[in-house]
Amino acid sequence: MKIQHRHSERHVLAITVDNEAGILAKIAGLFTARGYNIDSLTVADISENHAVSRITIVTNGPPQVIDQIEAQLERLVPVHRVVDLTQAGPHVERELALVKVAGKGENRVEALRLADVFRAKVVDTTTSSFIFELTGAPDKIDTFVALMRELGLVEVGRTGIVGMMRGAEGA
Amino acid sequence: MSEERSGAAILVESLVRQGVEFVFGYPGGAVLPIYDELFGDHRIRHILVRHEAGAAHAAEGYARSTGKPGVVLVTSGPGATNAITGIADAFMDSIPLVVLTGQVATNLIGTDAFQEADTVGLTRHCTKHNYLVKDPADLAATIDEAFEIATTGRPGPVVVDIPKNVQVATAPMFSGAPQRPKRYLPRIVASAEEIAEAIELIERAERPVLYTGGGVINSGPRASELLREFQKLTGAPLTSTLMGLGAFPADHPDWLGMLGMHGTYEANMAMNQCDVMVCIGARFDDRVTGRLDAFSPGSKKIHIDIDRASINKVIPVDLGIVGDCATVLDQLIEAWGSRKPLELAEWKARIAGWRARDSLAYPKRKDGAIMPQLAVERLFALTREHDPIITTEVGQHQMWAAQYFGFDKPNRWLTSGGLGTMGYGMPAAIGAQLGNPERLVIDIAGEASIQMNIQEMGTASQFRLPIKVFILNNEYMGMVRQWQELTYESRYSNSYSDSLPDFVKMAEAYGWKGIRIESEADLDAGIQAMIAHDGPVMVDCQVAKEANCFPMIPSGAAHTEMLLYGDQVEGTMDDEAKALV
Repeated sequence: MKIQHRHSERHVLAITVDNEAGILAKIAGLFTARGYNIDSLTVADISENHAVSRITIVTNGPPQVIDQIEAQLERLVPVHRVVDLTQAGPHVERELALVKVAGKGENRVEALRLADVFRAKVVDTTTSSFIFELTGAPDKIDTFVALMRELGLVEVGRTGIVGMMRGAEGA
Repeated sequence: MSEERSGAAILVESLVRQGVEFVFGYPGGAVLPIYDELFGDHRIRHILVRHEAGAAHAAEGYARSTGKPGVVLVTSGPGATNAITGIADAFMDSIPLVVLTGQVATNLIGTDAFQEADTVGLTRHCTKHNYLVKDPADLAATIDEAFEIATTGRPGPVVVDIPKNVQVATAPMFSGAPQRPKRYLPRIVASAEEIAEAIELIERAERPVLYTGGGVINSGPRASELLREFQKLTGAPLTSTLMGLGAFPADHPDWLGMLGMHGTYEANMAMNQCDVMVCIGARFDDRVTGRLDAFSPGSKKIHIDIDRASINKVIPVDLGIVGDCATVLDQLIEAWGSRKPLELAEWKARIAGWRARDSLAYPKRKDGAIMPQLAVERLFALTREHDPIITTEVGQHQMWAAQYFGFDKPNRWLTSGGLGTMGYGMPAAIGAQLGNPERLVIDIAGEASIQMNIQEMGTASQFRLPIKVFILNNEYMGMVRQWQELTYESRYSNSYSDSLPDFVKMAEAYGWKGIRIESEADLDAGIQAMIAHDGPVMVDCQVAKEANCFPMIPSGAAHTEMLLYGDQVEGTMDDEAKALV
């Protein structure tokens, strides 16, 4: 007998929650307990009185599982709202990365040139290294990191995605 | 007006405000301030159990039989971890519990202090919600919200973890209900469009089935009345899950019996062949559906459930309605209006054909040995005038109780369905007896399950609870043995109940009455002696050892592939079927 795997699709979920102790563990734990996937997760306080946080989760699964994930999240008492940005329509996804590259000579010049093409900012430098700060859609960051790999990539840090609906309406 | 009180005092006042009659618990270091507050307070009766799992199950039995939330009080560390089985059980079966756990003082949390466990972390996925209260000023509002969450929407257990210094520290206590934001708002009422769509599907049905579950019981006794009314209006035949027994009378001509793995032939065939299925407060559990791709292939499915996460979880449905069973049934009845019952003569004739298979028939014994099915039938016949409350443990005896004991009212049937917890029945009977002091409460047990919480005999003795434990003793973990017979060529690996105690002597040791029944000739007299005794009784009913529980949908099979008594079943199964359930 072999274990069967099902076709899955990628979804970005924006979750508004009460900013209370353990809420992140509750949500992350729900994903592990029920066998759902987390590709990336970001969380930060978004309200003036620190009462509400927004969590963005990128997940993947078959459509029926995605629907279950939303229903299971909505069932948690501190969860106010779950918006499936992928389902809801056109939206913006952005991620921030810090990329450290070390090298001398031509590689160093080429790294700086490519950074300019990608509109990455230099936020730290020594005579033999740069840290670039880059924001954009995940694909753009993937591409930049792949290029830097050839030029002396040392380290990458990524925030994971935050997303928002296009247009005047709030989610 | 406010006065300064300790956290423990605020807690007890909050419980009184919620109308709590009983607290099921066990003291320990981290709850001593609360126990001291309970000392001499006659408004709340503390029921001292013998193990914290017993406290949680007793609270479940109280809740399930009365409709009120059960309250548990245990200490930190092992107190909390012992209670977790009962908490998980209540989560699976949607039983309202508020579980108060002591915790080490806030400055000790995270230091591996004596009897420290991360209770909030451990119970995160088996509670509807949980809290760690870090300030006595938050206690009143937290308890108020905990009761609201436990009892409204889909009911479930809520844990409130209270560090010892929070119990001792003081805060202002206000009279009246605490002020707090209302953030839990379950959907109760269906939309008019949903109701119209449901009625349209139902009124065109030629082969309808109502498939009901524990949600109807949880919705309150009115839901059972409305279910009967709706069934009468439509004329549709009705089946129920294990958890839903009692919502519809078992002697009604349109009652199909329980469905699922050990359900009746007619119930499962009707589910398979129906054209419109109305699922009310059930959740398409794997024990109900059998093989998913063969589950009721030709039907339109309507699913009414208060938990939106239950809809489309396992079986995709045509119309999902999120709402409370009683409220939605009321809406359906009103929308049905003066329509006539459906014309179902042909459908009912087919059902009569399936019923004629007599799927609950079992072989009679000539040697005087008691068939366990007969024991349950006699127990039902001899106790039905008492309108008893029945609890069970888990295994063959549980299924026989579900099959051969007829229920006609809700809140009379307490069993561990979702989690399948051996050791549930006796503590649940204790809780049910406390909530229903005048009623006959019987735990139908197996000799293996009963030993899992046997220590609770002392609780029944202490509180003079006249519960009856009726053990169907076949000297096997019968359901395990049955599966080994069916799927592992009768290799009975560790399923024999060796070194059993003398149950009669054990009963006497605890101050109970003990009765042994060894042959069919003594069965009725033994049951009558059990009923007649004014006090707790343990009956060791020795039954035929090899009896199996039929009908049965084997692992990985469809509703149409039921095994009945007498079918050749011994053998093995392929790995796919072995892995399934």
